[in-house]
Amino acid sequence: MSLVTPTETAPHRVVTLPRKRRIPLAVAAGLGWLALMVICAVFADLIRPYDITQMDLSARLSPPGTPGHWLGTDELGRDVLSRLFQSVRVSLVIAFGATIISAVFGTTLGFLAAQFRGIIEHLVVMLADFQAALPFLIMSLAVLAFFGSSMILLVGLMGFYGWERYARIARGLAISAGAQGYAAAVVQLGATPRRVYLNHILPNVASTLIVSMTLTFPEIILMESGLSFLGLGVQPPDTSLGNMVGFGREYLTTAPWIMLGPAVVIMFTTLSISLVGDWLRDKLDPTIR
Amino acid sequence: MSFLLEADDLVRVYTGRGGLLGKAQPVRAVDGVSLRLGRGETLGIVGESGSGKSTLGRMLLGVDPAQGGTVRFDGRPMPARNTTEWRALRARMQMVFQDPLAALDRRLTIAAQIREPLDIHRIGTEASRATRVTELMHAVGLRPDQAKRFPHELSGGQRQRVVIARALATKADMLVCDEPVSALDVSIQAQVVNLLRMLQKQTGLSMVFISHDLKVVRNLCDRVAVMYLGRIVEEGPSEHLFANPRHPYTQALVSSVPEPGRRLDGRVILQGEPPNPAKRPPGCAFHPRCLRATDICRSGIPALQPLGTDRTAACHLVAGETRAEVA
Repeated sequence: MSLVTPTETAPHRVVTLPRKRRIPLAVAAGLGWLALMVICAVFADLIRPYDITQMDLSARLSPPGTPGHWLGTDELGRDVLSRLFQSVRVSLVIAFGATIISAVFGTTLGFLAAQFRGIIEHLVVMLADFQAALPFLIMSLAVLAFFGSSMILLVGLMGFYGWERYARIARGLAISAGAQGYAAAVVQLGATPRRVYLNHILPNVASTLIVSMTLTFPEIILMESGLSFLGLGVQPPDTSLGNMVGFGREYLTTAPWIMLGPAVVIMFTTLSISLVGDWLRDKLDPTIR
Repeated sequence: MSFLLEADDLVRVYTGRGGLLGKAQPVRAVDGVSLRLGRGETLGIVGESGSGKSTLGRMLLGVDPAQGGTVRFDGRPMPARNTTEWRALRARMQMVFQDPLAALDRRLTIAAQIREPLDIHRIGTEASRATRVTELMHAVGLRPDQAKRFPHELSGGQRQRVVIARALATKADMLVCDEPVSALDVSIQAQVVNLLRMLQKQTGLSMVFISHDLKVVRNLCDRVAVMYLGRIVEEGPSEHLFANPRHPYTQALVSSVPEPGRRLDGRVILQGEPPNPAKRPPGCAFHPRCLRATDICRSGIPALQPLGTDRTAACHLVAGETRAEVA
């Protein structure tokens, strides 16, 4: 091994590292995929080649690549690609809607608990424990079986999924920020609780909440899939990703493309959400820029 | 002369946990403290850890509610915590914290943070607030290009300057500095202390300076109160008190300050355990460590007695000496 003299290497080391401003490839791919999904969801009516209920019994179970049916057809001869577009729309509405409801609801309750302490805190913590102890799927089944399934009810119900996590995180972080540190300092400056929570505590805990959201989002897609699979989620002939996987299961050996399409979409969407969420969290934190 | 701040008989009791099955033990962090702070005066509060000096500082600001006693600011009683009046009063009394990094929001630029009190109290217009921030940054010795920096990008001393600038933004009348320099390097300490002194001279604000560093207090303060286990044991003008401490605890404190060129022989070394506020000894709280303790110290709590015109001390022996001198 030859010794490298410092004088030889020194000029190369002086070169300052350029600050990483470029978006990592995986994150760019994730953002691209999510954009594609949103476009699919918004323009589903325009871009799908067939109506989702249009049957073509002469072309049942045709494999992917068949001219006119690029992702094949299902057991009733319905175009898988068209149904996939519709599924993406339904599933995204449910997952986004529910994630936002659950994050807003949970964070609000957590902040209320941290601000008022005492009886309100006890109540919130008790509710969170209750929610965590309850098998959510069973409760959803009961509610849906009782009221009948509708899109609004489904979104509202899924919105209660995972709120206790946000509530606990928000409460814990708000209390620790308030006991000593920036929140106490801002209170001491004369700020109203509204200002303290919205301008200071929320931006500071947002990174943790965003990570929690990226975890909840795929869980809600899967939960909806489970409910649809059990027949209480999205009702046929309407379709969702989970619903398609559920009904495609019967043809797994003979026509796997019916369920593989939506399964791949679920996988890539949840993966993209995770990657983008992670990146966003780092991006929002000035200390690790 | 009317006082800016008058505190009478302040009491703060914390309820500690006594282990898994133990009884909750009340801790009297601040136990009957009365203080006066004149306009433009700097009052030092010194004492060991756990002597209740930080709690007292927070009570003087009304941040920590007093369980007993009253605080009057500018002749008016302190409004209840978290009320509109209380918040409005924050514009006139501010705090400088021990750990500047914890006291700053790491997601906001320092210009935004210095500006915050102006936004909160709706002082001035957009443009005048921006000018005021530039002015404050200049006053505390921060460079204009640092306005867009985040707290973690600054050094400890610079962060403390940001905290001081923020505290001064509303032109407060009173500043409570809770160990503002103890987290800083010695060289930076001097800069911050000089900055505080200069700002006080310029703006004429009153200051309560809490510290365990006697050198700093002696350097900066007009008057000093020495605390031991939640009570003031001696109070007086800083020069007199340090030159001629009367209470045995103050004597021990003063002799503990190393001075270059002085031999260490004559030092009063305190014996015994450091004070535990949960287990307050009967009588004079200091008697288990006091070299001169007598029977009366073990039974009776000494009250603050005037020594001459401007000093007080809470010690049976000192009170006896004074009486003997007078007789």
